[in-house]
This record gives sequence, C-alpha cells and structure tokens, in this order.
Amino acid sequence: MVSEDLNRLSGDIQLIVDGKRLDGRGFDELRPINIKVGVLKRADGSCYLEMGKNKVVAAVYGPREVHPRHLADPVKAVVRYRYSMAPFSVEERKRPGPDRRSIEISKVSREAIEAVVMKELFPRSGIDVFVEVLQADAGTRTACLNAASVALVDAGVPMRGLISSVAVAKVDDVLVLDPMKEEDNYGQADIPFAFFIRNDKIESIALLQMDGRVSRDEFKEALEMAKRGAMEIYQMQKEAIKAEYMIESEEVNSDE
Amino acid sequence: MMTRPIVLPGELLASNPKVAGAGTYVDKGKVYAKFLGLLDKSETSVRVIPLKGRYIPSVGDVVIGIVREVTSNGWAVDINSPYQGFLPAAENPEMRPNRKPNDILEIGDIIIAKVVNIDPKMKVTLTMKDRMCRAVRFGRIVPINPARVPRVIGKGGSMIKLFKTELGVQIIVGKNGLIWISGDRRKVNIVEEAIYIIESEAHTEGLTDRITEFVKRRKGELNGQ
Repeated sequence: MVSEDLNRLSGDIQLIVDGKRLDGRGFDELRPINIKVGVLKRADGSCYLEMGKNKVVAAVYGPREVHPRHLADPVKAVVRYRYSMAPFSVEERKRPGPDRRSIEISKVSREAIEAVVMKELFPRSGIDVFVEVLQADAGTRTACLNAASVALVDAGVPMRGLISSVAVAKVDDVLVLDPMKEEDNYGQADIPFAFFIRNDKIESIALLQMDGRVSRDEFKEALEMAKRGAMEIYQMQKEAIKAEYMIESEEVNSDE
Repeated sequence: MMTRPIVLPGELLASNPKVAGAGTYVDKGKVYAKFLGLLDKSETSVRVIPLKGRYIPSVGDVVIGIVREVTSNGWAVDINSPYQGFLPAAENPEMRPNRKPNDILEIGDIIIAKVVNIDPKMKVTLTMKDRMCRAVRFGRIVPINPARVPRVIGKGGSMIKLFKTELGVQIIVGKNGLIWISGDRRKVNIVEEAIYIIESEAHTEGLTDRITEFVKRRKGELNGQ
C-alpha cells in the first residue's frame, strides 16, 4: 500500500490510459449526476445530490429570525452556509465537527450563494443553508453548491438565478472535467468553479479556487471546459426541480 | 383554462420592463422570475405565483399568532414569519386603565390580529381593534404553506363561503398560513381534510368544483350515519 502511494507520488501512476480516464470517461465528461428535491420534511427546502460517488444532502431554512440577534443586519438578510463532512464520508474516519478545511469551504461557498440570493428583500432576517457530505470522492464543494442551489429554489427563496458548480483538474498534463478522487489526489492541479447562471446563460463566476499550477492558456481552456460542464449541470438542476412539481399535478389530473 | 407553466428563478419572462409584476425582477431592461412559481402571463402583465415560501407581512393582513412574550406595554407575537409582530396594549380593546397586559393575554395564547403598520426596519405592529380580531380560546388551528392561502380563500372568498354554508363552521384564514376553524367537531374534521387537499393541489385547475363535491359527499356520509 505504501509503496503504491510512493509510486503515485513520484508520478509512476498513470491517470490517463489509452486516451481515457481511469473510470472510462473522456476528458470533458461529467460523472453521472442524480438529484432529488424535497427530501427533508422539516426543512423549508432540501435536496439530495449524487455526483459520481459523492453523496451530499442540503437543507435550507428561512428567511427566518436570526439567533443570536446581534448578527442580524438591518438592511439585508444574513446568509449562513455550513459545509460539513460526516465522519464516515471519507476512507480514514474523520474527526466530527468543523475543521479548518470545512470552515474555508463554508466561507467561499457562502460568498458564491450570496451572488444569487436577493438578501435585500429580507432585512433583519437570516437564511441558513446546511450541507452535509455523506460520502466524499473529490469535488464535494462543487456537489454541495449544486445541492444548495436546488434546495434554495425548493425553499422558495427569491434568487437572481441558479448556481452551478464543477471542477477542472490537470492530470498527466491534460485537463479533465469533474475530477474523481484519484485524479484529485495525484493530479497536478485542481480548479473548482461555480457560475451564476440565468436563463441558460452564464452571467458571472461566483467561485474560483485553485491548487497546483496551470499555464495561462491551460487556465483559459479549463474555464471553457467548466462552463460547458456547468451548463450541463444547470439543465439537470432545472429538470430535477420541475420534475418534483410536475408529478404532483399529474397525479391530480389522473384522479379527476 | 390553460395550465400555467412552472418557472425557476432567473428565467426570462419578458423584455418589456413595464409588464413586470409580483414575483419578478428587472435587470438591464429584461424581466426575470424571482422565485419558483407558476407563470401568469397576459399582454399587460407578467407575474409569478409562488409555490413555496415564507409569509412576509403586509399592511391590512389578518394573521393568526401566538403570544411569545408579555411586556409592560404590549405583547410580542409569533406570526409564523421571519419577523415577530408586536401588539401594543393600546391596540387591544380588552385593555382597561387599571389592568396589566399579563391579565389579558398570557404566553402561549393564540390571537387573531391585523397588521396595521410595518416600519422600514420590518417592525410589525398589530391591532385587535377589528371585527374579525379576537383571542382564540376554542376551535382548531390548521397550519398550511402561506403561499397557498389564496386558494383556501378562493375567488372572492368562494371556498370559505362553501365551508360556512355547507357545514356551518366558523373559519378565519390568516394570511400567514394558520387557519382557525370552530364548530361541530366532525364538521371541523371535514374542513381540515378539505384544507389539506387544497394545500396539496393548490396549483391545479378546477379545484373549487372538486372541493365542493368532496364536502357534499362527506356531509352526506355524516348525515347518513
């Protein structure tokens, strides 16, 4: 096991074999995505999302009163976003509770969500978003943002548009969309993106992080790749929400 | 009637900002949907009818609330909204000069009140000086999604009229999604069932007819026993 890891670290592991990725995907292919809306009864809005082997669940509460009171903003709503990983979500059992990594992810994700939520409509109130990673396989922050965005729509929160998020990685000197665990761990760079999408058009970038190195040209290519991936995800998010409410009306029509 | 399509936040609805109605927002001259809802579009206006969402108070609304706090000059009332309501002692007709707020309403009491004022800081002031307003000491409270309240009231109050004439119950629908019903227990049960049907089928057509039929059938069963 240790020797295998050493091999990988010294670059002896091949992540691209015969022009395909380890799981058989092409370079610009997403992992399979599965979205379910309204899974939690007590939340105002909720969503369960699978992105490859990632499994996350998001819950939205609000707008509601903020506690403690002094956090309330007299001119707009405060958005709180908590990203958390279940102890059993990773191979080596994780210590429960917030750590430095999840606090950072919560902050950047909150800022991405704030780009679309119309906070100014709800002065002195709070909108709480909780996302829990049940199973992790690289790209959990993107999966969580996608789930949170759907849950916010389900809660009926006024928004300018949707957030769709996907990462691009550089492995074996090529750019790949939506990296999985092996590509994330042993690749050369990882760039998560989140976009504010309105009316089937990307309006702005809501989140952009990077670790590792890429050249300027590679970055431009990565951005284009991520945009195409995010549009695909956006369509799936839309379909999932519409499907949830369509079924309801069909049932009604059938018993007429 | 044509069925209304479902729209999501950010969906383009029109390119003429003059038609923008409730549930929409205008950006760079284009009209977009603000939240998840049903699209109601005509030549002169575009609006989105919400499917979900919290109750946001507006002046004149009748609401049902629970007393959460008693202060020396009034009551803080939970009105099932992001904002707490406040009922000043002077706005309660039961108040007499030598009585304290504590003697009239206690924590946990349920009241029917009216929103009289909302200041820019979203401080909601309530009043009970209205024919409809009262402290609720009997009957039943049914909670529903505030976005579906208009369907429970019906066009021009048709649903409420139906319950009142067919079953002879008293019913007051709070705009904040709480409904007070009082009367014969079995009849109240029928109304409660009917309300849950309305809530789950609020975005479909021909609802009033189906509810009328439902109420008549259940009433017949009741009398047949």
